Amino acid sequence: MSTDIEKLDDHHHIPSGIMRWITTTNHKDIGTLYLWFSLIMFFIGGAMALVIRAELFQPGLQLVVPGFFNQMTTLHALVMIFGAIMPAFVGLANWQLPLMIGAPDMALPRLNNWSFWILPFAFTMMLSTLFFESGGPAAGWTLYPPLSLQGGDSMPFVILSIHLFGLSSILGAINIIATILNMRAPGMNLMKMPIFVWTWLITAFLLLAAMPVLAGAVTMLLTDRFFGTSFFTASGGGDPVMFQHIFWFFGHPEVYILILPAFGIVSTIIPTFSRKKLFGYDSMVYATVSIALLSFIVWAHHMFTVGMPLAGEIFFMFTTMLIAVPTGVKVFNWVATMWKGSMTFETPMLFAIAFIVLFTIGGFSGLMLAMVPADFQYHDTYFVVAHFHYVLVPGSLFGIIAAVYYWLPKWTGKMYDETLGKIHFWLTTIFVNLTFFPMHFVGLAGMPRRIPDYAIQFADFNAIASIGAFGFGLSQLLFLYILLKTLKKDVTAKDKVWEGAEGLEWTLPSPPPYHSFEKPPRVE
Amino acid sequence: MKVFTIIAATLTPSLASADWETNMPIGVTPTSEIAYDIHMLIFYITVVIGILVFGAMLYSIIYHRKSIGAKPAQFYESTKVEIIWTVIPFIILVGMAIPATKALILMEDTRDAEITLKVTGYQWMWQYEYLEDDVSFFSKIDDESNKARQLNSGIDVYQVKNYLRNVDNFVVLPTNTKIRVLLTANDVIHAWWVPELGGKKDAIPGYVNELWVDIKKPGIYRGQCAELCGKDHGFMPIVVKAVPKTEYHKWVSIQQNNKVAGNK
Repeated sequence: MSTDIEKLDDHHHIPSGIMRWITTTNHKDIGTLYLWFSLIMFFIGGAMALVIRAELFQPGLQLVVPGFFNQMTTLHALVMIFGAIMPAFVGLANWQLPLMIGAPDMALPRLNNWSFWILPFAFTMMLSTLFFESGGPAAGWTLYPPLSLQGGDSMPFVILSIHLFGLSSILGAINIIATILNMRAPGMNLMKMPIFVWTWLITAFLLLAAMPVLAGAVTMLLTDRFFGTSFFTASGGGDPVMFQHIFWFFGHPEVYILILPAFGIVSTIIPTFSRKKLFGYDSMVYATVSIALLSFIVWAHHMFTVGMPLAGEIFFMFTTMLIAVPTGVKVFNWVATMWKGSMTFETPMLFAIAFIVLFTIGGFSGLMLAMVPADFQYHDTYFVVAHFHYVLVPGSLFGIIAAVYYWLPKWTGKMYDETLGKIHFWLTTIFVNLTFFPMHFVGLAGMPRRIPDYAIQFADFNAIASIGAFGFGLSQLLFLYILLKTLKKDVTAKDKVWEGAEGLEWTLPSPPPYHSFEKPPRVE
Repeated sequence: MKVFTIIAATLTPSLASADWETNMPIGVTPTSEIAYDIHMLIFYITVVIGILVFGAMLYSIIYHRKSIGAKPAQFYESTKVEIIWTVIPFIILVGMAIPATKALILMEDTRDAEITLKVTGYQWMWQYEYLEDDVSFFSKIDDESNKARQLNSGIDVYQVKNYLRNVDNFVVLPTNTKIRVLLTANDVIHAWWVPELGGKKDAIPGYVNELWVDIKKPGIYRGQCAELCGKDHGFMPIVVKAVPKTEYHKWVSIQQNNKVAGNK
């Protein structure tokens, strides 16, 4: 970098202290903010999960009343989906997209600042409802009416906060699309983009399409409750099932919003540590696009038991099964990438491999759930809980953790403690299975989800799941310790941290300068 | 599994009632048997796929590691291979879709039922109406479970018979009879589910859903509400008592004479 450009750098006035973070328009700062916010939300949502698991440790009610239990299940989901997983992916996008496509920053930096700073307010408002006399939302994160219309004072607050973080996601998505489509380094055409950039581009379009639908659905709930409309109340001529159709028209693309960036991360990490190029790059892109398109025509598989016509049930069964094809292609491509590679097993690679195995198990149970005759038994049981936690925890969350270990040395210039990282991996992986695998069993044996207490034949597997959950939760304190320990270290990391890593970010110093790629690199 | 048993034995108060059931019940109706068959079919298919995929991964992890001197190969695409592993899963899916669709068509065929049972969900109890026989009653969780399930009730739930799975009034149904069950609700959405009688359906205000059962074996079958319906969602059990037809008709005439539902 020439001295001229460095001088130019100095012209930027960066306020110090808290004002730096409030006013920042720098993609690296905003990425950091997103990631810390997501970690805080992860611990809050995790604490709620532990309240749930503590109550379910034994049959009988020992700790909380059923109403509060329902508030915990509802808020655990809302916090984890919208507060932990999604912001973590946006944080990773903020840090990585400009570095990976050779752009100096995001296309719309002020919008970027706003996208982030909406979030703390949205979640403060949502979580504050827990202190209301009538408590927080308790109708499940899916907010099905008429139950959600019975809710206490929390309802309008929760709906407004959903609007706010929906807004944040939409603005973030616009920014990401604008950045990727306009700010790629010369020579980087679409089919040369790193796969993580591709998955985020597709995710951003899903966000743009899905979040407004959610906003519409919750607004109709709001007017049903306060302005006398009856969109969803049968007694006024409305239709409770219509809410479910609208909600899941958002909800299923949302599921892929929560997993596609993780696909991108794993597709980045596996080649690095296999020292071999990603197998079938083109087919990976096409598979991702197909999954995204299919996600718009499978929504009713979340509601096979509402009494749809037979033709509807068959249609949604077939489209849902079809998703297994592109998803299978992805898994096969990952295995083919590892095949005849020269593998090493640093912490990000371990998390990525566990992702493939455990996400695939979640995919298998997903395929089982697609079978309508069997789904009539599975629906709304712990089998479903096991399924979506397998794709969200060792799926999305492992993807995020792998990404943090993978890029942390690049972001900070400091290497994490590899031994501790591996201990964190093994504890997390063992406990995650101890928590969620027994849920398959109790679900098949007949335990419905969202119940605070259960018949005694479910006691033993529930006790195991609770032990697993506490082990999993405590293991994440080790993750926090590893992060803090790393940040205290001296800068020693090489520019190209990993031997097999490829991509523009590794051409920058570790840590990269506050403003990187002010002069675009050339991609051959 | 042994390790789990030991951990659980030390941590749970009573293993005497341990039930390590890990699979779906086959049940006692044609629909529950179909659901079970489809469930096992797809389960075995996923197990085979899992063994192949994870086996290949494991082989690669063991033999293609840098520490034993593996050198990276230079292949990174093959249209032929991509087509193969797109087409083969597709064929497997078609193979699964055919029996699943057949099963579904059978499960949704509620025609030619002899008896119609109308079930209405309330927060938090069920109403049962036998439309042909003009019998009707409410059914809710039994007092013993209800006392024991209160927060810190001090009652050992292991001592409660059929804890959370018992009701004041059983639903009595005849065996070897095709019964149409109509489902609706009066306040919020509920779902009526007895695993051994087959799948569940939602009971939705303003809707009448239907399913059918044909119970092949006399006995008592227990289930509960399966759709979140508020604070006492977990305390809405369902108990079906299946009896031979003659006994059922006797029960109906007693009900009609009494017009009360003390059927226990």
